[in-house]
Amino acid sequence: MATKNTTKLIRQESPNLIPERDLGAIPVLQAEHLGIDFGGLTAVNDFNIALGPTEISGIIGPNGAGKTTVFNLLTCVYKPTRGTVMIDGYDLAGKSVVEANHMGIARTFQNIRLFNNMTVMENIQVGQGSHMTSHFFEDVLRLPAHWKQEKESADNARDLLRIFGMENLANNLAGNLPYGAQRKLEILRALATQPKILLLDEPAAGMNPAETDELMENVLKIRDDFKIAVLLIEHDMKFVMGICEGLAVLDHGNIIAKGTPEEVQNNPRVIEAYLGKQEVR
Amino acid sequence: MFLTQVLNGLQLGSIYALVALGYTMVYGIILLLNFAHGDIIMFGSYVAWIALVQLGLNPAIAVLLAIFGCVVLGVLIDKVAYAPLREAPRLSILITAIGVSYLLENGVQLLLGADAKVVPSIIDLGTVQVFGSTLSGTALLTVAVTIVATVVLTLLVQKTRLGKAMRAVSEDMGAARLMGVNVNSTISFTFAVGSALAGIAAILYSMAYQQVSPTMGVMLGTKAFVAAVLGGIGSIPGAVIGGLIVGFSEVFVAAFGLSVWQDAVVFLLLILVLVVKPTGLLGRPVTEKV
Repeated sequence: MATKNTTKLIRQESPNLIPERDLGAIPVLQAEHLGIDFGGLTAVNDFNIALGPTEISGIIGPNGAGKTTVFNLLTCVYKPTRGTVMIDGYDLAGKSVVEANHMGIARTFQNIRLFNNMTVMENIQVGQGSHMTSHFFEDVLRLPAHWKQEKESADNARDLLRIFGMENLANNLAGNLPYGAQRKLEILRALATQPKILLLDEPAAGMNPAETDELMENVLKIRDDFKIAVLLIEHDMKFVMGICEGLAVLDHGNIIAKGTPEEVQNNPRVIEAYLGKQEVR
Repeated sequence: MFLTQVLNGLQLGSIYALVALGYTMVYGIILLLNFAHGDIIMFGSYVAWIALVQLGLNPAIAVLLAIFGCVVLGVLIDKVAYAPLREAPRLSILITAIGVSYLLENGVQLLLGADAKVVPSIIDLGTVQVFGSTLSGTALLTVAVTIVATVVLTLLVQKTRLGKAMRAVSEDMGAARLMGVNVNSTISFTFAVGSALAGIAAILYSMAYQQVSPTMGVMLGTKAFVAAVLGGIGSIPGAVIGGLIVGFSEVFVAAFGLSVWQDAVVFLLLILVLVVKPTGLLGRPVTEKV
């Protein structure tokens, strides 16, 4: 077992991303000098972030800034060229995608990647998989332990579905759900893996304003009920400003600004990255 | 007479179905046409022959050894030959499968000789008279075993945690990994199940034809492959239906005294089905997203 890094969250320099209540805790997610090159191209450079155990923060930035690449680094899909990622103080170096998930990181996808030919319930059960201990022969022979486990798993899945009021969709094929419901199911499937950190890649994309408001409430509720951290990528500024306690702005692979949503909004470098430099005549 | 032919068709079709299930499961999960699958059956038959003839073991133990031997070989082939190529282009792994197939055929030939060996009757079930037709007990057993195996397999894939993991991996391996599904053990498990079915097929085939040879898996594997594609590769009921169609057409072509045309008719059927429905009878149409 790797040794645990017990660096605690402190308010080093103001502003930073850590909400008051999480100060003094071990960061649930910490990236230090994280970077990756593809061939000669630096996609992400010197990315630093520390996330409190119940913090909701966001990564924003123009298209192609490297936001999804950061998610791929945090979930071990890509091996970093430089730097480290720690979950709850444990180093992710050399871990596989599966191990990273078991250590407590789960995500959704920008382009929905549900198991379309499986039911809503089954999608969630795949997420639960690694936390269930039922054995193959019990499953096949339908022994009592199997039934008990199946019932627990189904109850647990229904509890999750209730968050989004989707209980009645449990037996529908995931691929047949309307778009908004698919996005929500992805969040539930990720939650089923019992993460400490939930990464949401553009959760509000394609949703109408009413759906976005509802999603905002639900993300807060998930954070409160499950006591987990949420890191999200989102272009919908109303969503980001309404929900995030901290923001990191990424442009061309570099963090160009960090702080509370208000601070970031008024940062000239951020405005420049989004709208281009103001011409001086 | 007609009933006897129907049962013969069911018997042969059942064996093809069991083998086709192995093809379809491996294809379903890693999109590999495992050309070594027929040779796993050959291996299982030889294990049964060694256990019965060379070692003089109890038939029940020989059956278990043959199935176990197939499972070990199937998982080993995946670990040694296919797993290192998981991220390689699909053609590399396909060619490797052909290589493994030749390795097994020639390896067995080198060790045990090229001549066919006689497998003694594993269990003598005699015959049954139904409506004046003589039905072989072996044929009835073959059909019964195939029905049970198909039902168990369907339950396994639909209802169990491992089955759900298998379906998740077959739909999106990357997403399954990110949801904490251990993809490598899921693939190993798929090979184990497919190979266990091959082991069962090996026993049933040996009981029906009572001989083994190093190349016996080639035609058997090819016919079962045709069955899997005919039914829609990746589909479990498709493999069973495909197997039965191939088995029946062979038996009935032979019954009409045209046994030299047996193989031609099977392949002609395949061509016809693929012209009309390229995904096979029960295959899902692939829609390209734009």
